Amino acid sequence: MMDLTFATCSEVGRAVRNRKVSAVEVTRHFLKRIGELDPKIGAFTTVNSRAEAQAAEVDARLARGEAVGPLAGVPIAIKDLLCTKGLRTTASSKILANFIPPYSATVVRRLEDAGAICIGKTSLDEFGMGSSNENSAFGSVKNPWNPEFVPGGSSGGSAASVAARMALASIGTDTGGSIRQPSSFCGLFGIKPTYGRVSRYGIIAFASSLDQAGPMALSTEDAALILEVISGRCERDSTSADVSVPLFSQQITDQVKGLRIGLPKQYFAEKMDDDVERVTRESIDALKKRGAILVDVELPLVKYAVPVYYLVATSEASSNLARYDGMRFGHRSKNAAKGELDDLYSSSRGEGFGPEVKRRIMLGTYALSSGYYDAYYQKASQVRRLIRDEFSRAFSQCDVILSPVCTSPAFKIGERINDPLSMYLNDIFTTSTNLAGLPGMSVPAGFSKDGLPIGVQLMAPHFEESRLFNVSSALEKDLGAAKSRRPHVI
Amino acid sequence: MANSKSDSSPSATPGSPRLDKSAVAKVAELSRLKLSDAELESISQQLSMVLANFEQLAEVNTQDVEPMVTPTDLTLRLREDRVERREPAEAFLENAPDRSGNLFKVPPVVG
Repeated sequence: MMDLTFATCSEVGRAVRNRKVSAVEVTRHFLKRIGELDPKIGAFTTVNSRAEAQAAEVDARLARGEAVGPLAGVPIAIKDLLCTKGLRTTASSKILANFIPPYSATVVRRLEDAGAICIGKTSLDEFGMGSSNENSAFGSVKNPWNPEFVPGGSSGGSAASVAARMALASIGTDTGGSIRQPSSFCGLFGIKPTYGRVSRYGIIAFASSLDQAGPMALSTEDAALILEVISGRCERDSTSADVSVPLFSQQITDQVKGLRIGLPKQYFAEKMDDDVERVTRESIDALKKRGAILVDVELPLVKYAVPVYYLVATSEASSNLARYDGMRFGHRSKNAAKGELDDLYSSSRGEGFGPEVKRRIMLGTYALSSGYYDAYYQKASQVRRLIRDEFSRAFSQCDVILSPVCTSPAFKIGERINDPLSMYLNDIFTTSTNLAGLPGMSVPAGFSKDGLPIGVQLMAPHFEESRLFNVSSALEKDLGAAKSRRPHVI
Repeated sequence: MANSKSDSSPSATPGSPRLDKSAVAKVAELSRLKLSDAELESISQQLSMVLANFEQLAEVNTQDVEPMVTPTDLTLRLREDRVERREPAEAFLENAPDRSGNLFKVPPVVG
């Protein structure tokens, strides 16, 4: 029998379809790993008690000779921000601690239609707000490479679950780096698709003009395969794009000869960790050896990306999170003055939201309030356009832009939790792609002196994810970073 | 319920701290968030620091730049207007914190 722990999604999908292994066996294998490892990691908020039954259905369909999709029997962990019908969905918030969605997100439905098994729901920074997974109402998640360190965030549970091989891939969401930064911290291939590539229907909204869901996986091919399954126009999300979806996984080539790789001067001028700088240089050298052409590009406004991002994201969040009022679902306070509707709203929200969510709702409300709207929200939206235009100009000179994902590898749990500003500034390299709606990917590229993974970021023009997969594939072959070492817990 | 574009302005004045405790209390009220005194204090300090950093945006010349509220060029489409049966009402009512029959139970909205 194959070594399921170290297999890829496409290998397992093929083996299940060819009936070399049953979906039930695969599911049991990973449920067992979750049972053994997750008490030490804390990646899951809810394990799917129906996972084995769903796997049995996949096996039954195969036994009847029915076609089952490319992810037949593949266990995928889902960030607990995506609604799963009948399975608790919390956003890692007390305010949704007991919420059972009556429907599934389009992403979840498409994965299940392709044969995937939702093995469980993974922890996150509450409502996606954070970069360390410490802002979860259900406790911090530990980095499987070293449990004293954060797994990154906000999709920290999604990253940790795959790094520890408790699932073969996971789905994260990315509003300002929440797929790419934890992928970098945990040694995964994580892609934030072009805005509009993947339907947001059924994904609990943080900032609607920035949010996208995408795969976090153990190989370029797996990331491409999952992206092709979840992409495409959806009638239930008016912002999902009517753009054809390439068969990403079948078109990957590691040929990058003649490809123009843009290196944004301003990114490299930022203060960064020596290990990050070294690993980034090694990636650039590897691509150069393969005949890629290096081009310097200018993105001077990117230094404003963090303030623009935080003003836009918190403004949208203050509006989106207004729906949590304790009326139709979610936490309702028992401590409000009887019969006082406003007090019931404020008490329910005051009790239900954690500190970071409160801070961001407050910042967003302030940025939208009369007298401040022009200086904050509107100003940010104007600079946002200038940032997008700057990327368009850069992409007239290059095909793909390469940069670090973060200024440092994973940091220690507790190290930055009391300093929101330094936590925000950590997002300097990732937020601009969300502002501009561009696809961005984190690719494992090396390790720090302390043995923590470090990724590099690749960015492409709208709907050109294929370019990212090609460069990722070249780096995967040359650097072999994902395969060369194993996390501490394995 | 709670608003996004607020009906009145929090009374903050520029300077240090940017958002004093009373201004933060006003924003909390607009946000429908009941906060403790300690929370008001720490949020006042933290947001003042954050806003001081964000002041740098003022350097960027945005004269005549149209604000961009969504990153891709969207064309909104019309769909066919047809009745579709999705999930039964009961599935939604099951999440109600309080209910009466097939209704959500809430405090009186008009006195």
